[in-house]
Amino acid sequence: MKKLVFALAASAAMIVGVGAASAQDKMKACFIYVGPIGDFGWSYQHHQGALEMQKNLGGEDKVEIAYLESVPEGADAERAIERFARSGCKIIFTTSFGYMDATNAVAGKFPDVKFEHATGFKRDHPNVSTYNSKFHEGRYVQGVIAAKMSQKGVAGYIASFPIPEVVMGIDAFMLGAQSVNPDFKLKIVWANTWFDPGKEADAAKVLIDQGVDVITQHTDSTAPMQVATERGIKAFGQASDMIKFGPTTQLTAIVDDWGPYYTERVKALMDGTYQQIDIWGGMKEGHVVMAPYTNMPDDVKALAEETQKKIVDGFNPFTGPVSKQDGTEWLAAGATAPDGELLGLNFYVKGVEGELPK
Amino acid sequence: MGMAEAILLTIATAATPLLLAAIGELVVERSGVLNLGVEGMMLIGAVTGFGVAVTTGSAWLGVFAALIAGALFSLLFAFLALTMVTNQVATGLALTLLGIGVSGMVGEAFVGLPGVKLTNIYIPVLTDLPVVGRLLFGQDPLFYISIALVIGVSWFLFRTRAGLTLRSVGDSHSSAHALGIKVIKIRYLAVMFGGACAGLAGAQLSLVYTPQWIENMTAGRGWIALALVVFASWRPWRVLIGAYLFGAITIVQIYVQGTNLSELSHWPIALFKLAEVVKAIPSQFLSALPYLATIVVLVLISRNKRLTMMNTPASLGQPFVPDR
Repeated sequence: MKKLVFALAASAAMIVGVGAASAQDKMKACFIYVGPIGDFGWSYQHHQGALEMQKNLGGEDKVEIAYLESVPEGADAERAIERFARSGCKIIFTTSFGYMDATNAVAGKFPDVKFEHATGFKRDHPNVSTYNSKFHEGRYVQGVIAAKMSQKGVAGYIASFPIPEVVMGIDAFMLGAQSVNPDFKLKIVWANTWFDPGKEADAAKVLIDQGVDVITQHTDSTAPMQVATERGIKAFGQASDMIKFGPTTQLTAIVDDWGPYYTERVKALMDGTYQQIDIWGGMKEGHVVMAPYTNMPDDVKALAEETQKKIVDGFNPFTGPVSKQDGTEWLAAGATAPDGELLGLNFYVKGVEGELPK
Repeated sequence: MGMAEAILLTIATAATPLLLAAIGELVVERSGVLNLGVEGMMLIGAVTGFGVAVTTGSAWLGVFAALIAGALFSLLFAFLALTMVTNQVATGLALTLLGIGVSGMVGEAFVGLPGVKLTNIYIPVLTDLPVVGRLLFGQDPLFYISIALVIGVSWFLFRTRAGLTLRSVGDSHSSAHALGIKVIKIRYLAVMFGGACAGLAGAQLSLVYTPQWIENMTAGRGWIALALVVFASWRPWRVLIGAYLFGAITIVQIYVQGTNLSELSHWPIALFKLAEVVKAIPSQFLSALPYLATIVVLVLISRNKRLTMMNTPASLGQPFVPDR
């Protein structure tokens, strides 16, 4: 329904736009979202980043933004991106992995429009850039905190799908926890969904019943945080700062802060300094932000801040010695995992129990 | 609280929204109308319930508002499908799409707000009973309402004259019409009852299950409710069984996933081996189990034609234009 309204509005705008040559100096940045902007997770954060960018660069007078929500990955995406490209967008951000081929296909037809694809790796044309964030750095810090805070030495992990991004998060969390408590245990539940508040709540309840006293999640809703609050245990927020859902519960949250990146890129385009890039930014670049460390004793907070500082200063959470789950060596002492290997990660590190679903 | 009790409580919460929505749809279909708009009506109920509860601070007002909103929203379907005699399947689908869109738009202001939870009931002594206390006397009010609705609908459909009339409308609207029964009026009431139940189911989601508003938070539960009605071959008690079976499979598979084998090392070897086998089943398969179970039951039911025919409302989904 919303899409329909938007389509009508967009076609009306196009008709009006023909006669309005003055609108040419105005920057138009467009965004394609995979979910609704009201998911309070992934798409919500991208949209917040877009709004922040608009505000930073002088508001509606200077930058016009347009967006499409809940665009399915695949053929529909190509149509949506192409429509944006035709309607005067100067830069288009496509914010889900599955838009990769569609983005590159449209980019080939519109060499004057800039395309920015989140979490992908294909740059077939000089006008396509890719950007992603090292969320696993935040998960390492969470692991450190969890091992300090858990009385029982076991945390619950609500995972979505067994893709490298998620496996990376589990491994980084475990390595962080092991740096404090080598015997730390993880209970992992694969929800097989990014977003189903009910199911995520169920997973949280079951994990708490099974005795975990800290919960972290790699699914998108605030439901696990609420359950943790109800049961009086601690939890980590995901994608957004979820402190409102757990004032006495949230230890911290990894916040996807896209605002600075969007601002930087659109500004560069306005200034004429824009260049094609491939960036995988982490804490150092300010792309991964931790919500305030709350609901923990001062010494844990100090350790968390120290760990964060270490990462900002260049520490890689995947630094050897690290063994794979079966005990074979993965990283020798002092060696770090190359980015390419991390982006295709498909195994657990030692200490994580259970089999990784295929 | 024992583990078994904890699991049962989680199952009950997961099953209640399915049960509420399905029992309403059962009455609708028994009157011969197929309303595929359950998902949309649930979302309207969820967003209204949440909005009213947060604005007024009263979860009960939210529940009441959700019920009304669901019924009013279903009137739109009733007007189109019954008065204007549009295609019921298409109209129902449109209602779902509209519900998703409208709830998202109305709910934009509620995203990220902590909600109000409908509190569980507490009866001194009874609630504190070991094992069964929390289960029988300490759940949220909507749980009891859902059970009461099953009892009520079962009694109404098969033990009252009005229920018989409703079923006769569903089985042969022409005959019922010839007998002077007001077919359209009865169907209007049935559709509104279904809408109210779906609204309640939505309120259960946004006020009990996960007390918050997130766009599209039903995540397909309306469709499962629709499948449950067929699964139950239009019998109220079987809807109850189906909803709990569905909830149980969902929760137990999460439970199995969360159990590490090393914790079971003290188990007898035979049981341990069994646990090992269960753990080896891919989680994707376990997640799909409730849906597979629905398909299996559908296949089993449809094998016995006579049994199916006996329960299926014969006029289900067929348009009715009263000839004067």
